[in-house]
Amino acid sequence: MEILVCARRVPDTSENEITLNSTTNDIEREELVYSVNESDNYAVEEALQIVDRTGGSVTVVTVGSEEDEEILRREMAMGASHGILLSDPAFTGSDGRGIASILKAFVAQGHYDLILTGVQADDGAAQVGGMLAAMLDYPFASLVNSIEVLDGKTLKVSREIEGGNKEISEIDLPCVLSIQTGINEPRYVGMRGIRAVASLTIPTYGASDLGVDASVVGKAGARVQRVDYYVPALGKTAEMLSGSREENIDRLVELVAAKGGLQ
Amino acid sequence: MTPRIFVYVGHKNGIADDCAVELLAAAKTISPITRPTAVVAGCGPEFDRVCESLRSSYAEVWKLAHDNLAYPNAELIRKALLKVLPSNNIVLVPHDHFGIDLAPGLSIKLNAAFVSDVVQLEGVEGSALNAVRQEFGGQVSTHVRCDLASGAVVTVRPGAFKPADNMLVSGSVIDKSGELGTLTSARRYLQTLVAEAGDVDITKHNVLISIGRGIQDKDNVGIAQELADVLGAAVSCSRPVVDAKWLEKSRQVGSSGKTVKPKVYLACGISGAFQHLAGIKGNPFIVAINKNPKAPIFQVADVGIVDDILEFLPELTNKIREMQSVTAK
Repeated sequence: MEILVCARRVPDTSENEITLNSTTNDIEREELVYSVNESDNYAVEEALQIVDRTGGSVTVVTVGSEEDEEILRREMAMGASHGILLSDPAFTGSDGRGIASILKAFVAQGHYDLILTGVQADDGAAQVGGMLAAMLDYPFASLVNSIEVLDGKTLKVSREIEGGNKEISEIDLPCVLSIQTGINEPRYVGMRGIRAVASLTIPTYGASDLGVDASVVGKAGARVQRVDYYVPALGKTAEMLSGSREENIDRLVELVAAKGGLQ
Repeated sequence: MTPRIFVYVGHKNGIADDCAVELLAAAKTISPITRPTAVVAGCGPEFDRVCESLRSSYAEVWKLAHDNLAYPNAELIRKALLKVLPSNNIVLVPHDHFGIDLAPGLSIKLNAAFVSDVVQLEGVEGSALNAVRQEFGGQVSTHVRCDLASGAVVTVRPGAFKPADNMLVSGSVIDKSGELGTLTSARRYLQTLVAEAGDVDITKHNVLISIGRGIQDKDNVGIAQELADVLGAAVSCSRPVVDAKWLEKSRQVGSSGKTVKPKVYLACGISGAFQHLAGIKGNPFIVAINKNPKAPIFQVADVGIVDDILEFLPELTNKIREMQSVTAK
């Protein structure tokens, strides 16, 4: 099976405090630690496991700039056969629809049985996979937390729904699935693996290579635009305990006892 | 001029989802004078009751009845909506596991703009809809402007809009089922697997020691368990702990896990994503302990402490043990 995984490089929110830049048109990106978007990494692992069982190859694609090559190399060190960068100044400022349009143009040039994305990236929009499927007229399933290959034409997939329940469906190939975290245990990538792919050339395609419709990409083509970033005022402000650790523990014990938390 | 607003309403066991009134409130924040139309899909007598019940809050209820819509398969419902919805409108959909499945593709097929997971709506200005979303796990918010020239599909965060009182109307059900024709999909629903019960039922405890990514390693889960033991509490967790296989799925609090109603909830190393907060009900006393002073959990906690849980929790456990041994004497 030929599998394409769409991935993105994002600030690692578990490692970073996100603050605003001085003009509040973006977050402060100077000191941020970046990594591959968490659910995208699960998607690559899932693709590798499917290919281990059925044969075929895994291609990882990202829309971005030269800096984003690092996540392609990382995923190739995990075992992906190809890493592709879609990059063009005209792509800067694209909204979700713009990103999906760029990916659609790339998909149209190849042949993929299965396309995976992560459930959502740093903007929490959970949009590109579903949009891409609709543009390709492929069936789509979101929040996928298990995949079983039934035959060359059909998958049995499970979606994560409310209360930890699972919705089981059959879906015909080719299709697009958005992968939920926890679907597998992504393999460890060592320095040795990274070094092995460090000098590979990453093929890069721009707007004219892909035949992307310029009217739907970039800032001018974006129908949804950010006006600014801000930190919301606290609704119900927490009483912050700011004493020494010992003092904080004493106060906390008092408060919890008052609420009936101590037997 | 504000475009016409449609609200997609889900339902279960003959009862409309809470989103029916929340999305109505959201529509009223786009325009106070709007009379949004509810759109519901399903089949059978229970479904008929859902349509009837929505007449008290919506002036118009569009009923899409079809045998193939007995289960809410987003792939089929998208096709059904495309047969009845006019273009250049605003369509509101809840940002839940169903809306995430339905809405992005719906926006493409309607050639409409798409805004995901909005937490506030600030009305229409010229030909733009102004909305507020959150990014980076809720650490920052952003005002977005959405071009309405060819309509918009907007997913709305559950719980973000409070239902207004006193909006009773006597609306009518309009049966659009005749326009549906045949409905088939390349994704076929088979069954729902109900979550397995775990060894500990976190929904039955008054005190929960809930751990998140900040616990850092499976070996550290014992730190939380020791605190839970001295308090007679249970250990619950947020999604990353389950993803890492440090605790069973049955311990997860959140929209894709359990809904809990404790008296006291200690959120330890939990950032406070809305999907997690959605699982905490009954207005418990929330204590947040997190190294990151910007963690969104501090916005909903009653008491906050900026500290490393791996050091803080063992000292808290010792303190409570000391107190208990004094009391015992």
